[in-house]
Amino acid sequence: MESIRKRAKELLDSKQVQVIIGYENGTSNKVRASFIKDSAQVDKLIYDERCTQNLALYLVKHEVKHLGKMGIVATIPAMRTINMLISEEQVKPENIVVLGIGEDGKLLDFPDLTVMESFLQKANIELTAKDKEAIEKLKKMTTQEKFDYWSNALETCFKCYACRSACPLCYCTRCAVECNQPQWIPVQASKNGNYEWHMLRAMHLSGRCVSCGDCGRACPLDIPVHLLTMHMAEESKRLFGVDSGLSMKMESVLSNYKLDDKDNFIL
Amino acid sequence: MSEFEPKIVAFVCNWCTYAGADLTGTSRIKYAANVKIIRFPCTGRIDFMLLMKAFQNGADGIIVSGCHPNDCHYSSGNFHAKRRWMAFRELLDYMGVDVERITFSWVSAAEGARWAEIVNTTTEKLRKLGPYTNYQNLVKSGIEEEL
Amino acid sequence: MELERKLIKKASLEKLYQKLQANGNKIFAPIIKDGKTEFHYNPSYAEVTYDHIQTIQSLKNTVFPKIENLVRFTTDRNGTEVTEVDLAKVPSLVLWGAHPCDAAGFKALKSIFMWDYKDEYFNSRMNKMVVIGLSCYKCDDNCFCTSVGLNPGATNGSDILLTKLSTGDYLAEIITEKGKEIVNAAAELFEAAPAEAKEGNLAQVKQQFSHEKVTKNLAGAFEHPFWVENSLRCIGCGACAFVCPACACFDIQDETKGKTGKRLRCWDSCGFGLFTIHTSGHNPREVQSQRWRQRIMHKFSYMPERNESLGCIGCGRCSRACPVDMNILEQLIALEKIQ
Ligand code: SF4
Ligand code: SF4
Ligand code: SF4
Ligand code: SF4
Repeated sequence: MESIRKRAKELLDSKQVQVIIGYENGTSNKVRASFIKDSAQVDKLIYDERCTQNLALYLVKHEVKHLGKMGIVATIPAMRTINMLISEEQVKPENIVVLGIGEDGKLLDFPDLTVMESFLQKANIELTAKDKEAIEKLKKMTTQEKFDYWSNALETCFKCYACRSACPLCYCTRCAVECNQPQWIPVQASKNGNYEWHMLRAMHLSGRCVSCGDCGRACPLDIPVHLLTMHMAEESKRLFGVDSGLSMKMESVLSNYKLDDKDNFIL
Repeated sequence: MSEFEPKIVAFVCNWCTYAGADLTGTSRIKYAANVKIIRFPCTGRIDFMLLMKAFQNGADGIIVSGCHPNDCHYSSGNFHAKRRWMAFRELLDYMGVDVERITFSWVSAAEGARWAEIVNTTTEKLRKLGPYTNYQNLVKSGIEEEL
Repeated sequence: MELERKLIKKASLEKLYQKLQANGNKIFAPIIKDGKTEFHYNPSYAEVTYDHIQTIQSLKNTVFPKIENLVRFTTDRNGTEVTEVDLAKVPSLVLWGAHPCDAAGFKALKSIFMWDYKDEYFNSRMNKMVVIGLSCYKCDDNCFCTSVGLNPGATNGSDILLTKLSTGDYLAEIITEKGKEIVNAAAELFEAAPAEAKEGNLAQVKQQFSHEKVTKNLAGAFEHPFWVENSLRCIGCGACAFVCPACACFDIQDETKGKTGKRLRCWDSCGFGLFTIHTSGHNPREVQSQRWRQRIMHKFSYMPERNESLGCIGCGRCSRACPVDMNILEQLIALEKIQ
């Protein structure tokens, strides 16, 4: 924690960045994102196990971007997101400084982003045991059971789009779910409308999702939508050998191909 | 009781499968009339949501077909399509959509007989699987407060 | 109507519930499912709970459903034929166990839907609904009903208000004619009022700000740096608005299939960037801080001014639901003090 504050102060004082995006204490024992512009305020910054939000989300937020160069406290999923956002040309590497946080919660020094890249190549990016177990359980179900599980789990969704807004890689200003000429997804937050909305989201994040879990955490109704995108992340790895966000030059999985892509179902 | 006749929507590319299906006709090969063909410029254009549109509108099964690898009129459209299907098929399966109801195939402009065979076997398979009531119920299920 | 006080034994509550159900009413009551308390339609009485602080979702779905089918239509060569929905089909509904803030929430909604234009969809549902309220005996630190002119035993909005007494039986306050009809139809279940006052059986919710002061401050605060400073972390989702019992924004969309279609009214949120965007691409509320300002302004400045009602009943749902800890209470306390 002290090391984060110290580094943040250095960066602000030396004008290398104009804002530090980090975590601060919130209400009711919650933590939340903090935007420190003045080095006198760095003592607000904290880091502990409650700090799970993927702050890379704010790198593409209009009002934050416009504050100037950004220093960001980044957990491993956030670092992967940064790589994705750079690959997808949403963030310019020269505009950010990363205050990495390793698995042990300690500050990592990244003099430049290539060091972060090499750190990530070796970092543990496995899903949590809980998510892994939930996905395995789902995979073992019969088709009918899976259908029932998802159509029921998604039935309550009221399309508040908190899952989408919380996802740093759902940055489109105009989402296909809102497109009505043609109407791809039924407008209604009904079983069918919800089912297809989440199918669309999972597909659009295939090979891009960094498995941070923020979409599921954001859902006010506790719908485990992260299990959809995380599964697709696992599948991208299995089918195409791609783990998203490990370098600043990721090829987009679904807009590329290899001649030897192996399917087992096309007649 | 009359036998169940599945409704099948085929999404095919203009350059190979559509031409192939045309050849089936001009060669006077008979095949199941259950299929409704929709022509696309390229398999690369077949968005995954189009398949869902077909199910939404009552299709019991779907065929997606285009040029064999390396034969794409636009050189790589079918390779892109293949990747997308590989991912999408996994997602469908994970969400409980019956992937057996979707046939993916490569049919060239010269393979009129093969097209007939693909349609016939798909139709046979779907006759056994029966109507896709699961999805149709999902579409029909309304909202509690609807008047 | 003058308020009447009666006693209803715990065991009689079940009988009342069953009677209302047997009379063909749809019942909307709180039950615990997967560890969460939410209202559901027609649960069995055994499932009904009286112990929740607040549900995640509000109860506005009963009168302002997340999807309201406004009309059905068919189009062909000869033109469009429109079929109105039959509002007479709105079922009689008993809202069972709504907390006082939620009951008051309907008044806030009414001040919008029955303001200049009278919305018949809302009105029909409202007329067919009876609210059996339930006083709160516990609260959490997101609750602030007492700061917006309500309290854990407020009768405003309920037809009958139940308060659990130390004996385990319930005090029933009969507030409206609708409430009285229910009591009269089940007179055998109600007994003479107890001596015990309800006050001792209510949660203690400390008043944390003066809403009059907030309203006053907001009048000159449109350009205040407060908005930008306090909303940088807001991610512009609709969670706060969708769980809010007093948020009434909607979007109307047509959904068509071939020649037939429905015109639907769906919930919307001022927090979405798409909410105000024009066809030209211009967006009068370009950034999130302006949208957050709108949310607070609407509830605490525009509504009191135009609708003679606050747009917030202090349930704290938005604070609990917000993924990034935008706590409305914290912000209102700060707004009471801004210059
Ligand atoms: S956050 Fe939850 S309720 Fe909101 S759109 Fe996503 S899944 Fe639906
Ligand atoms: S889809 Fe969910 S888990 Fe994946 S990157 Fe987005 S928020 Fe994180
Ligand atoms: S603004 Fe928040 S606290 Fe106020 S009524 Fe709505 S959800 Fe409840
Ligand atoms: S205040 Fe919270 S719930 Fe509301 S739009 Fe902002 S992030 Fe979403």
